[in-house]
Amino acid sequence: MNGSPTVVVLDYGMGNLRSVEKALERSGANVLRTSEPEALSEADGCVLPGVGAFPRAMERIRALGLDQAISEAADRQLPILGICLGLQLLFESSVEQTETEGLGLLEGTVLPLPADGRKVPHIGWAEVDWVGDGALIDGIPSGEAFYFVHSYAVSPSKSDILGTASYGSRFVCAARKGSVAGVQFHPEKSSAAGLRLLGNFVGMASGGPGGPK
Amino acid sequence: MSELKRVIACLDVDSGRVVKGTNFVDIRDAGDPVELASRYDAEGADEIVFLDITASHEGRDTIVELARRAADEVFVPFTIGGGIRTVDDARAVLDAGADKVSVNSAAIERPELITELAENFGSQCVVLAIDARLEGERYVVHTHGGRRSTDLEAAAWAAEGVGLGAGEILLTSMDRDGTNDGYEIELTRKVAEAVPVPVIASGGAGEPADLVEALKEGRADAVLCASIFHYGSYSVDDAKSEIQNAGIPVRRTHTRT
Repeated sequence: MNGSPTVVVLDYGMGNLRSVEKALERSGANVLRTSEPEALSEADGCVLPGVGAFPRAMERIRALGLDQAISEAADRQLPILGICLGLQLLFESSVEQTETEGLGLLEGTVLPLPADGRKVPHIGWAEVDWVGDGALIDGIPSGEAFYFVHSYAVSPSKSDILGTASYGSRFVCAARKGSVAGVQFHPEKSSAAGLRLLGNFVGMASGGPGGPK
Repeated sequence: MSELKRVIACLDVDSGRVVKGTNFVDIRDAGDPVELASRYDAEGADEIVFLDITASHEGRDTIVELARRAADEVFVPFTIGGGIRTVDDARAVLDAGADKVSVNSAAIERPELITELAENFGSQCVVLAIDARLEGERYVVHTHGGRRSTDLEAAAWAAEGVGLGAGEILLTSMDRDGTNDGYEIELTRKVAEAVPVPVIASGGAGEPADLVEALKEGRADAVLCASIFHYGSYSVDDAKSEIQNAGIPVRRTHTRT
């Protein structure tokens, strides 16, 4: 393809998207912030950001018709990256506030971060150990720190776990299956390591090595 | 594994420009807060704090513009302080890309501000900045850039602020600020022991050993530095090497973009 890949950043009215957009632009993407389901059919990649509560986020995503569009995009192997709440939304359900169904692109649920007596939300830098490998984490060694702000954590199928981190106890902080991936941390606030990860994602969106396009 | 301690670079900004001069040879504009912040990000700073000290408060617009430009260039969390007096002020800078806001005098005048901010944006967004000076036996809180004394004691005010919803304390020793004599350890430890949230030690850093002392003896969760970095005496990386060598876990990066 010619030029930069187009990455849509889905805007469903939850939280500040500016940092994500800027970090993706820095990583070589042509960024389109949108809440239009139709935009996904033209995209080379899709980022699902988000902060806030799971039930409200799913309510808005469904109201906008984005749930259907995201599922169809996953079916045709569009690279999708969930960030923070966006990772959690990829799962089957969450117990945050009230049991709520998610997008169901990854198997498993979202549960309170065990934290083992530590203060929740977990805020700050934590070192990540990769469990698997893949284009998304190319060039990022285990032990790099990423920036977290969260109170819940995902519990995926073992085979989908991409990375873990520790806060009181270990939790899964990255997961992927096929073209769908997500990270609990904020790569857009994680300096060089985060920009590298987003750059890898943009590479996947442009059909680079490991990109399923 | 212990949690990673943070090294925070602070930039005082007046009318959009960094106030204290810098000795950096290889940057285009030493007065541009965003260019400096971007450099600190590249050197390994874990966070950036922009403190707007513009006297005339014509300008909430200037801090919003600062946040917007910082979000373009800075890819670590950053805080904006100075001139945040209402929920709308905070929303404007958070929407522009800031991760946290810090409040100081405005929170003393109207403590409910802390609660309003926490309810709207979450405690993780709300930093209570405290400027304290030793008067007799007490660390007394001052406002308006240190010009006005209050009857508040630092640790008590910190605890009250956390009760109201502050998620972090940015604690500056006015006695040490600008001296390069090291952080005020007793003040730092008193406040750190009084609150269950992270305390950022500020004021007085002159060399990396001072940072180690504040983290170890002062029990701070983070150390804030300004001139020690601005004048190029030590890089963020130098500081982190020394902290790491003292056995304190800090973030070191090995990834190249």
